[in-house]
Amino acid sequence: MTPVVALDAVPRIRRGVKCTYDQIRAAHVVLFPEGVLVLNETAASVVSLCDGTRSVGDIALALGDEYDGVEPEDIAGLVARLVDRRVVDVDG
Amino acid sequence: MAEAPFGLLAELTHRCPLQCGYCSNPVELVRRDAELSTEDWLRVFDQARALGALQIHLSGGEPLLRPDLPELVAHANSLGCYVNLVTSGVGLSRDRLRDLASRGVDHVQLSLQDATRAGNDRIAGIKAFDRKVQAASFVREEGLPLTVNTVLHRQNLDNIAGLIAMAEEMGAERLELANTQYYGWALRNRAVLLPTRAQLAHAGPVVAAAQDRLRGRMEIVYVIADYHEAHPKPCMYGWGARQLTVAPNGDVLPCPAATVISSLRIENVREASLHDIWYSSPSFNAFRGFDWMQDPCRSCPRKEVDFGGCRCQAFQLTGDAAATDPVCSLSPDRSTVDLILATEMAPAEVPAMAMRKMR
Repeated sequence: MTPVVALDAVPRIRRGVKCTYDQIRAAHVVLFPEGVLVLNETAASVVSLCDGTRSVGDIALALGDEYDGVEPEDIAGLVARLVDRRVVDVDG
Repeated sequence: MAEAPFGLLAELTHRCPLQCGYCSNPVELVRRDAELSTEDWLRVFDQARALGALQIHLSGGEPLLRPDLPELVAHANSLGCYVNLVTSGVGLSRDRLRDLASRGVDHVQLSLQDATRAGNDRIAGIKAFDRKVQAASFVREEGLPLTVNTVLHRQNLDNIAGLIAMAEEMGAERLELANTQYYGWALRNRAVLLPTRAQLAHAGPVVAAAQDRLRGRMEIVYVIADYHEAHPKPCMYGWGARQLTVAPNGDVLPCPAATVISSLRIENVREASLHDIWYSSPSFNAFRGFDWMQDPCRSCPRKEVDFGGCRCQAFQLTGDAAATDPVCSLSPDRSTVDLILATEMAPAEVPAMAMRKMR
């Protein structure tokens, strides 16, 4: 069951989760006790903005400067999947 | 071509203060004088990272018994790996943990044998309970995430609620409740360990309710008792697919139990590189993908789900490592498992547990 994440929710990388770049796979990865997530470019940008201060809406705005057609709902969906994988927590 | 592995399970030593009768180490334990040197391990970590491994699980035996553990932690961390310390907690002082954390341990996995001091210490074979509780408090003080690992069996399954409460009290963020898998020591002690159907029927809903109640606070992972199931576990998510194990003597294994398959020629890091072993060795390619399968697996849609189950279990119970895992209800050998359940779940006379020790 994937949780629903509101646009004003503030995501933060969970304690014990490490974000890094893997030269071998040429991809950003998230490392956590349960495993490894290999991120695509968009997901990597979202993860880098899950800093505990920006809301989902803020992240969508920030990414809108960089990419075309960023929908806040899509960002919320991606954050929800990251919550489900226990990579990020949300406040608010 | 196989994909790169995500993780390395580094069994630094088979020495351990605990004597659990279901230990996942092989019955033939590697002695101290056959263990890899510090330099060997540093090279193994370099090779594992170059191969693509991003997680290094420092395990054993008890990894704290290696005096070079701080150096190994620092090196794994310098490579950018996620460093997981898998420990009994015995020997984990506050200073030792602080030092290891400063060198880059990212996460601690602490074993717990039972919910009570008496039960825990009986199963472990030594007084370890108080030291585990203390070790958990040090992990919490240090701000590291904690997983509590408990192996479930007939002797502790009735205490499932207590085990969950204990893990909560210890401040765990994750709890792994893994029913015993029967290889090596656990196979030897199966008639002492095999749970009854009533025990599993009781435990299931207790775990499900706790998963619900603790969602967001403590994740509970429940590993099934496969002898009682109709389908096998997706063992290792496929042979040579995601992780490799290096044993204390440098043997490189597709799974920690793989030495039970006596027909498998095992390679060693002293003689070959991890890269060559992962991609080119007969042992890692023996059961990769689907081509090795026979029916009923070969034509079964579930092969994409469970990969034919466990090769070690197939070998142990049927003598053919390429057979369908005999716990599967479609296996022609399922009757072997049913006979084991009938005779060993509630034996007329329960044998004594053979405690793990070096010979």
